[in-house]
Amino acid sequence: MLKARIHVFLKPEVLDPQGQAITNSLHSLGYHNVKETRLSKYIEILFEDEDEERVRLQTDAICDKLLANPNTEKYSFELEVVNPPCE
Amino acid sequence: MRVSVITFPGSNCDSDAREVFALRGHAVRQIWHKDTDLQDPDLVILPGGFSYGDYLRCGALAKFSPVMKEVIAYAEKGGLLLGICNGFQILTECGLLPGTLLLNKNLQFICQHQYVRVENSETPFTYKIEQGRVLDIPIAHKEGNFYIEAEGLKALLDNDQVVFRYCDRAGNVTAEANPNGSIDNIAGICNKNRNILGMMPHPERAASSHSVSHDGFVLIEAIENYFNAG
Repeated sequence: MLKARIHVFLKPEVLDPQGQAITNSLHSLGYHNVKETRLSKYIEILFEDEDEERVRLQTDAICDKLLANPNTEKYSFELEVVNPPCE
Repeated sequence: MRVSVITFPGSNCDSDAREVFALRGHAVRQIWHKDTDLQDPDLVILPGGFSYGDYLRCGALAKFSPVMKEVIAYAEKGGLLLGICNGFQILTECGLLPGTLLLNKNLQFICQHQYVRVENSETPFTYKIEQGRVLDIPIAHKEGNFYIEAEGLKALLDNDQVVFRYCDRAGNVTAEANPNGSIDNIAGICNKNRNILGMMPHPERAASSHSVSHDGFVLIEAIENYFNAG
């Protein structure tokens, strides 16, 4: 099986108010060297498939069609071979 | 008019939208999101609410509902389509309107009366409303922060697609009057052909005898006037 580990993140020019709130909290905690925080989404998809080329193309399509909004977000992903647990 | 209001799982302003049009004597239909017949409408409404629980992104999953294929075909043929709040989010997610509704700048769900200024009277939804008129139409959302990249904003402005802007009582469009951080105080936009309107404020919440504001009637009357003018 193959697992896609997908990150969907806001484009750099898009304001991230949640990230700003986290930065403020980190400053309150005393981490004054924190300059910026960006919050993103992490999504895992498990494919019952061994064909890396096909799964790569499918994951790209899934991100384009649904997981990321092309107006405001970008994505990146990596594939990992996952062995099913022994019976 | 024949008005079809789409109900998605999680829609919660569909009844209000149906009621305000029914009370004015229009033939109103509730269309379930799995239906594929819009029942020959003169106006389709994508109502407010939390379609699919707002999972992933607001409006992102609703675009895959079976009814949306029909809604898109209807709108592409020039049919009148109004998206309110979550309906606006769905319209941007399915590409019928440009831009994106992001999380409010202050991270809060905002539920309040809101003044908006009518910026374009040349749409079926604002037909013959005096340009610059200020309306009190409530907002209730957490993701209403309209964002569009610079090129897209220029196209919106060049084509007069901004229909409403957040303003103060006197009609001044200021940063203080902007509740959610929307770019250029944008509260509602239409497509180039003017037959699709998306807006964050809820006219259906200001169009009954017991509501505090009655300014939602102004929009409903505008649509009626446009329809009657044929």
